[in-house]
Amino acid sequence: MLYQSFLIKYAEIGTKGKNRYLFEDALMKQIRHALKEVEGSFTVTKEIGRIYVKADGEYEYDDVIEALKRVFGIAWICPMFQTAERDFESVKRELVDYVRQVYPSGNLTFKVDSRRADKAYPLTSEEMNRELGEAVLDAYPEMKVDVHHPQVMLRVEVRTAVNLYSQMIPGPGGMPVGTNGKAMLLLSGGIDSPVAGYMIAKRGVKIEAVYFHAPPYTSERAKQKVVDLAKLVSRYSGPIRLHIVNFTDIQLYIYEQCPHEELTIIMRRYMMRIAQMIGEETECLALITGESIGQVASQTVQSLAATNEVCTMPVFRPVIGFDKQEIVDIAEKIDTYETSIQPYEDCCTIFVAKHPVTKPNPKVIRRSEEKLQEKIGEMVETAVKERETVMCR
Amino acid sequence: MEAYFDNSATTRVFDSVKDIVVKTMTEDYGNAAAKHTMGVKAEQYIREARSVIAKSLKVQEKEILFTSGGSESNNTALIGAAMANRRRGNHIITTNVEHSSVYNTLGFLEEEGFEITYLPVDGQGRISLQELRESLRPETVLVSVMYVNNEVGAVEPVEEIGKLIKEHQPQVLFHVDAIQAYGKYEIRPVRQKIDLLSVSGHKIHGPKGVGFLYIRDKVKIKPLIYGGGQQAGLRSGTENVPGVAGLGAAVREIYTDHREKMDGLYELKDYLMTRIQEVEGCTVNSQPGRESAPQIVSISFEGVRSEVLLHALEEKGIYVSSGSACSSSHPGISGTLKGIGVRQDLLDATLRFSFGMFNKKEEIDYAVEALKELLPVLRRYRRG
Repeated sequence: MLYQSFLIKYAEIGTKGKNRYLFEDALMKQIRHALKEVEGSFTVTKEIGRIYVKADGEYEYDDVIEALKRVFGIAWICPMFQTAERDFESVKRELVDYVRQVYPSGNLTFKVDSRRADKAYPLTSEEMNRELGEAVLDAYPEMKVDVHHPQVMLRVEVRTAVNLYSQMIPGPGGMPVGTNGKAMLLLSGGIDSPVAGYMIAKRGVKIEAVYFHAPPYTSERAKQKVVDLAKLVSRYSGPIRLHIVNFTDIQLYIYEQCPHEELTIIMRRYMMRIAQMIGEETECLALITGESIGQVASQTVQSLAATNEVCTMPVFRPVIGFDKQEIVDIAEKIDTYETSIQPYEDCCTIFVAKHPVTKPNPKVIRRSEEKLQEKIGEMVETAVKERETVMCR
Repeated sequence: MEAYFDNSATTRVFDSVKDIVVKTMTEDYGNAAAKHTMGVKAEQYIREARSVIAKSLKVQEKEILFTSGGSESNNTALIGAAMANRRRGNHIITTNVEHSSVYNTLGFLEEEGFEITYLPVDGQGRISLQELRESLRPETVLVSVMYVNNEVGAVEPVEEIGKLIKEHQPQVLFHVDAIQAYGKYEIRPVRQKIDLLSVSGHKIHGPKGVGFLYIRDKVKIKPLIYGGGQQAGLRSGTENVPGVAGLGAAVREIYTDHREKMDGLYELKDYLMTRIQEVEGCTVNSQPGRESAPQIVSISFEGVRSEVLLHALEEKGIYVSSGSACSSSHPGISGTLKGIGVRQDLLDATLRFSFGMFNKKEEIDYAVEALKELLPVLRRYRRG
């Protein structure tokens, strides 16, 4: 095994002032969680501005990188050599050894970039750069120094220990999940909503999800598909509690009482209301949807406004300005696409009018909803109360 | 109440099957090829099953090849026979209502340079003997026809087909996919001129993962699986003793008092076909009485999507299958329902009820009542 430890660099949380430790702790927690899936045993520690992952013994390198690439908040993953011996002779020896092991073919241009967190260290950064560069050249005469465009940047950090690294693998960016409250994702079986959940989780928001199913019009397999999607998103967001709401009676009631071309809009308004009710119960501060302007009749700006009208919580629509292909690209990247395109119908596709309204007038919609007055309150309450919850991880 | 009417998909095993499977997994679990007593004992189960199966078809024991089930039997028969005879010719004849394990296997052979003729069926799901005769060519090596259609229960005139082939071109091999027929009919490969016959265990209350292929003596086929040379080198791999023993037990039981058992199935079929007339907007796609298989009744329900009705029935503990769509995606080949001329709007509104030895008349009453209750409700919500 070439590397035993990794230096984790984070971007935005470095700027969070006095709350920084909260962000760092959240990031460490997420890293530990992600590494649970990986063969091997790891310790995660922090030092000012840095988080370290150390492998205790054998582990799977590729799996570690893959897992860390899914932890929001990580800007860079740097596999490194770390040595506790800080005297300069040891550092020199260690760096030469690093080059031998990591770049066995030699024949590269390089530059040494030294940093001292400990200003009491006997050499300045400049002196270190020069002397370490010479040591590398002495050991490997075929290598050349190039201070402007080196092929390899040999980074040396003197802290409580000394860190040597040159490879920097990009992390997913964003903020550690759990640092920005919680939101309720309206998860369908489609392509967009898992992507929306992923994008909001990337900003550090913990995710709960709600799915509306309509047996017998939608099948057990459609439900299973949504559970599978929640599990896929949870690889990034951490565990997702999925609330499964039986929507059949409400849907049929709307179908019977309201004009069919308004069916979808009214249905979506009730979905939002229910999502919000469950959200309030579970301490969510916002709703998340996968809506994108103009994609379908229920996502024209007029329709979005009519749907939005019933929400008091903010509604996050992270893919609102994306083209379908842009959403598909992300879905493919996060591996939800193949599951999303399994052909099971959800309740939105079964009860659909031939010519749904595309420019709903909120006043008209409100009037139509009055026809539901008699039973709808009770029906919504029952649906919320009798929901099923599944922990997806 | 529960009513399992999906016996053509799979069946619950007989108790006799369960007992012998448990015994061969926990007590007599030796490898049938081992030299010690444990091995000999295990081999006894296989011999016993082989003997029961051979007797059920009135064929020789050595003509039975155990497989992992229907799909493997069909694959072995078609690929094995085609490859063994490729020097003689490259033409194969089949029907356009076959199961996907025949279709897709023939699709593979098509890629390998074989030419396939797909014969259409009439309104009763049967091919025309005259068309078959006209399709035979000097380079024809194989004819493959299903005995009982899995979607509507249509029965092909297997014996007439066998005799016709052998009369005109005795060297052409005749394969019969009998997966929905074995256990329901007394099949006589010798008299019916069948060279290869595929059977699956779990359709006759046996275990899943086991089946057999009857290969007439002297018929040469190429193996699909190579290895330790088990089963005369035709299918290597440690013999599935619990599966084979279970299959043998299922065959023994299904063919004991067989006529009474089949009378019972026909009674269920007739009963459903009579009672379903009380339900509005239904069309039965299967032939009545003995004109089609005893266990399958295909019914179309106007104005309801089959999947929705299936899930609604499921909520009442009634299990059926829709599965008309699965065979309609083959280019150039229509599904059985289309093939027998079911109306376009009913293709997606059709359910299959299939019976087994554990079904009772009361379950049909229960299902008919459930349909009467559900259909008017479901029909209120139509698309568009």
